[in-house]
Amino acid sequence: MSLYQVQKLIYELNRDPRTRERFSAGRDAMLAEYQLTDEEKGALIKPDIGLLYVLGVNGQLLMHFAALHRIEWPDYLERMRQGLKDHGAVREGVYAATGYEGVEAHDARLKSEREKR
Amino acid sequence: MPLVYCGACSHAPGITARADRADTQTREALESAFGRMGDEIRATKPDALVVIAAEHFANFFMNNMPAFAMGMADSYEGPIEDEAFLRIKRTTVPGNKALSKRLIERVMQTVDVAYAEEWKFDHGISVPLHFLTPDYDLPIIPANINCQGPPLAPLARAWAFGEALRAAADSVPERIALIGTGGISHWPATPDSGKINQDWDQEFLRRWTANDREALLSYTDAETYRDAGQGGFEIRTFIAAAAAAKGAKGTVQFCEPVPVFAVSCTIARMAVAA
Repeated sequence: MSLYQVQKLIYELNRDPRTRERFSAGRDAMLAEYQLTDEEKGALIKPDIGLLYVLGVNGQLLMHFAALHRIEWPDYLERMRQGLKDHGAVREGVYAATGYEGVEAHDARLKSEREKR
Repeated sequence: MPLVYCGACSHAPGITARADRADTQTREALESAFGRMGDEIRATKPDALVVIAAEHFANFFMNNMPAFAMGMADSYEGPIEDEAFLRIKRTTVPGNKALSKRLIERVMQTVDVAYAEEWKFDHGISVPLHFLTPDYDLPIIPANINCQGPPLAPLARAWAFGEALRAAADSVPERIALIGTGGISHWPATPDSGKINQDWDQEFLRRWTANDREALLSYTDAETYRDAGQGGFEIRTFIAAAAAAKGAKGTVQFCEPVPVFAVSCTIARMAVAA
């Protein structure tokens, strides 16, 4: 496991356009600079947001990595959910899923509570 | 000059990024609450605004993570996020290097704060400024508390940082305003984004408005993680602002849970004498 290395590459890609250029020009050479497992490399290249989420990538990195790949917000959430189905629970970090009714049901509940007031 | 303004507000990126997905009435009420907060800050005629935020890997990473940091530059760029994602145009925000330096030197008397001559703002600062100082005409002194990469500084140290910022603000001739920005309970950027523990938020804000140091510092990170999510670690910014209020009590001016914004959107102020 080298979650730190995965996160470091995402951090650098997220914040530095030159790193992104370097990555697209010479992806494999750049990946070799980080200590990554094949699973991690595959997830970064695809990018497999669901797997990266399960590997434990901090959401504040992953959310922007997804945005960088033009993955819209609802799709980002869906890919994480799919990742949980495909790969099981989050393996590390503090971004584990804890169960939630969902925004629509939550909104409906808040609305009915407001109407009762 | 004694601190002229002290407050706290939300900084959730959804507030701008997903503005159109919220109920219009709620969104407008939040935006006008932000607008009033901006007016109140301006009414105190500040020379600079200290923003205590919890940044999200715009500058600091686990290779070298400061528990506390302050910016020391004449300008800052932000937001670092994709403009189309955050829907805030990237801009240059004025700072004040000389003032930063004097404040940092004073803060260092009690808290080992890191300084940064480069600092890119992320939503933690850019979302509040988008509403509070939309013309970006007030010099900003950014301050950061690590709330992302555990181990995190204990709450008592966040309090000490707030106290140190207050002592520093009081020691300079300039008029300093200060805000803390962050979420209360929230599970941002997880599949549970939108989950909010309203009761926990209300209780936290009760402690915050009472400026009850002991109660504010009594949360353990394990409890916060369980009840308020990993986003709840950001209470450190609110706690630092409470400490900076030096015993003054607070008022919650706006607090509404907005699931699509992933947080109880909050605007609050401490009654420091201006």
